[in-house]
Amino acid sequence: MKALRKFLDNAKPKFQEGGKFAKFRSTFGAFETFLFTPNETNKGGVHVRDAVDLKRTMIVVVMALMPAFLFGIWNTGFQHFRALGQEATATFGDIVCYGLATVLPIVVVSYVVGLAIEFASAQMRGHEVNEGFLVSGLIIPLVMPADVPLWAVAVATAFAVIFGKEVFGGTGMNIWNPALIARAFLFFAYPTKMSGESVWYGAEQTVDGFSGATALASAGATGATGVSVEDAIFGFIPGSIGETSVIAIALGGLLLLITGIASWKTMFSVFAGGIVMGLTFNALAESGSFLDENGVVLKGYEAARNLALLPWYEHLVIGGFCFGAVFMATDPVTSSRTETGKFIYGFLIGAMAIIIRVLNPGYPEGMMLAILLMNTFAPLIDYCIVQRNISKRAKRVKIKA
Amino acid sequence: MSEVIKLKKGLDIRLVGKSETVFAQVALPELYAIKPGDFHGMTPKMAVKVGEKVQAGGVLFFDKQRPEVKFVSPVSGELVAVNRGERRVILEVVVKSDGSKAEADFGKMDLSSMNRQQVVDKLLETGTWTYFKQRPYNVVADPSAAFKSIFVSTFDTAPLAPDFDFIIKGNEEYFQKGIDVLGKIAPVFVGVDANGSSKAFSQVKGATVTQFKGKHPAGCVGVQINHVQPINAGDKVLTIQPQEVVAIGKLFATGVLDFARVVVMTGSEIKKRGYVRTVVGAQLSTMVNGNLESDNVRIISGNVLTGTEVKADGFLGYYDSQITAIPEGDHYEFMGWGMPGFKKFSASRTFFSWLTGKKEYKLDTNMHGEHRAFVVSNELDKVFPMDIYPEFLFKAIMAKDIDKMIQLGIFEVVEEDIALCEFVCTSKIALQKVLRNGLELMMKEVG
Repeated sequence: MKALRKFLDNAKPKFQEGGKFAKFRSTFGAFETFLFTPNETNKGGVHVRDAVDLKRTMIVVVMALMPAFLFGIWNTGFQHFRALGQEATATFGDIVCYGLATVLPIVVVSYVVGLAIEFASAQMRGHEVNEGFLVSGLIIPLVMPADVPLWAVAVATAFAVIFGKEVFGGTGMNIWNPALIARAFLFFAYPTKMSGESVWYGAEQTVDGFSGATALASAGATGATGVSVEDAIFGFIPGSIGETSVIAIALGGLLLLITGIASWKTMFSVFAGGIVMGLTFNALAESGSFLDENGVVLKGYEAARNLALLPWYEHLVIGGFCFGAVFMATDPVTSSRTETGKFIYGFLIGAMAIIIRVLNPGYPEGMMLAILLMNTFAPLIDYCIVQRNISKRAKRVKIKA
Repeated sequence: MSEVIKLKKGLDIRLVGKSETVFAQVALPELYAIKPGDFHGMTPKMAVKVGEKVQAGGVLFFDKQRPEVKFVSPVSGELVAVNRGERRVILEVVVKSDGSKAEADFGKMDLSSMNRQQVVDKLLETGTWTYFKQRPYNVVADPSAAFKSIFVSTFDTAPLAPDFDFIIKGNEEYFQKGIDVLGKIAPVFVGVDANGSSKAFSQVKGATVTQFKGKHPAGCVGVQINHVQPINAGDKVLTIQPQEVVAIGKLFATGVLDFARVVVMTGSEIKKRGYVRTVVGAQLSTMVNGNLESDNVRIISGNVLTGTEVKADGFLGYYDSQITAIPEGDHYEFMGWGMPGFKKFSASRTFFSWLTGKKEYKLDTNMHGEHRAFVVSNELDKVFPMDIYPEFLFKAIMAKDIDKMIQLGIFEVVEEDIALCEFVCTSKIALQKVLRNGLELMMKEVG
């Protein structure tokens, strides 16, 4: 450690103002502070500070993503061999190797492209490199289908970091969740690479009778998810790399809740919103809302009725609902920042996700759009909450006068 | 019984180095200084020249804008130095004591026959007017203003803070007399610790007593004001600490202004901790020399959240009853963000230390990270027990949006109330400085 510290201390002057590599100050700083917590002391305010910093916070989130990430690697391999009809003969090693070979390149591309842009923009502005992308860089691969082309990951990541984050001023200033921007970008720009039946398992030839459709897609088409609830909870189903296993996500969620990094208020109300809206649609569909007077399903509403009839608990365990609720809705920067606001914000995400799923089956994944929509409205929610405090204070003066 | 207000929000930082409630014997120093930097919104103008003799209670300097506000010498002796900083700003006005007692006789007076103006004039004459701080802004009070109320917090919840119940012992009647004096100026409110406090505080007459229960900052007078009678735009409220109340009480009871102060020496780096009888503005050397665990130590006049960094030959702050010494944290830590952190203190639960129960921590001055934009939400709110949205207030200040600052309650807070916010801030933002900038902008634009 001491040798490394010595090396850094020797190199440091070259990167400081007037040094040979002064231009690369941010890059050097990023590596230095990654290796060593700086020796900076408190001046002029508090003399002691909490041990937590943004690096620690982000690392905890990365740890929380690990179960979903590891399971995603396995499931990618598993879905591949299932498509080939070989799931019985493939060994655990085969499955993991295939999964690694598919998932790791996506992670590498996401980190390399994203961090390169982060470093470059920090350099340009003379800022420190921010830690935010440590998390975004891992979430982006987890919300992609396994077959996504690497160039598409690169383009989407670049778009998300530049237009989703840096144009607003970097981590802490962005309006929308960068990882969702990446996904939404691909979803609308290259829909065939992002959805459909064939992007989840990486095989040209499939065995007879195999359907690669996600649970959501088949629920819309046939009225049944095509998977058992247990499989959906364990995550043995097709879907984006990290979103399938409810158990893996729950493990991560637990870590986030114990450490207090994610707000239980947001998480809880997303599920509450989902459940309430799921039950509402169940009731509507059962009372004949999607039928004409003869009891025949209205034209164009077949998929909507199918999805509306889906039991509320199935809505929660399929698609990206859990992943979105635990890892994306709770992003503090893009979520509501007042405590009351978090209940409203979360509830509307859950409710909107189900509404979009049911009423617009053209977009099978309502969660992404619901979160992006509520990201947009989070400042408005906060505005209303804070305004209430302001008028309370103003009223106090009037009572006195 | 008086009302009890329970505060759920807050944080007690458990530091190693609490002092027992015993007095330590420490010799009085030779040098004493009044530091104009302890008073916000005041431009000092010297009244004596270097080399001239001054008496205890004699004027050293006064406020240029309001010459009637005088700052007096705590000891008799000779003005030996006026230390200046950048742009010739006066930092320290240093007096060398001739060894006589640090008190001044202003003659007997009869409080019952004095009206408000006579009381204020007496306080101005004796320099004790500067014992008050005025909210908003935490500045030296304007003697011509009308005040809505006077608040006294009789307990300090800051880390390693002095125990005023102990300090007040023997001076109970002067405290009561002091409250009587304050009552002549404005209605007096006293905040006491609900977990037991001296009868001198909880059964004081002529004041509204409110009990507070909770973690730091429950003892901050600003928090108490917010819960008892919040400051509205246009209000002016005075605050004063218990030892100053006692000094004023003694002045009006006996005619003698006593500059003695009890100060507690605390912190993990102080070898012999304890309470010390000293004098306003005393040089710290006799307290800290030979009494520190190592050389690389930060000495703070005040507590670790709001105190001022001083050298070993520096001086006690005007309003401080505490000295803290903690290790300097100017060292690197390899992969500090990745360590389990059993010995690290955090309000969050991102380090394993939260599993280890209520142990005491030896914290140093390291920042534990770098400055960032606001990312984590709800961490400031958790340690800020007022009906104010701190993050939104800080953002309004950073944007210099004066209307928003007023609407969001900037008049109700000063640095000490939000010091814990700065402590817990993951993004390491200098929030006390942000707030002071905002308050200064307000003083200039709104007045």
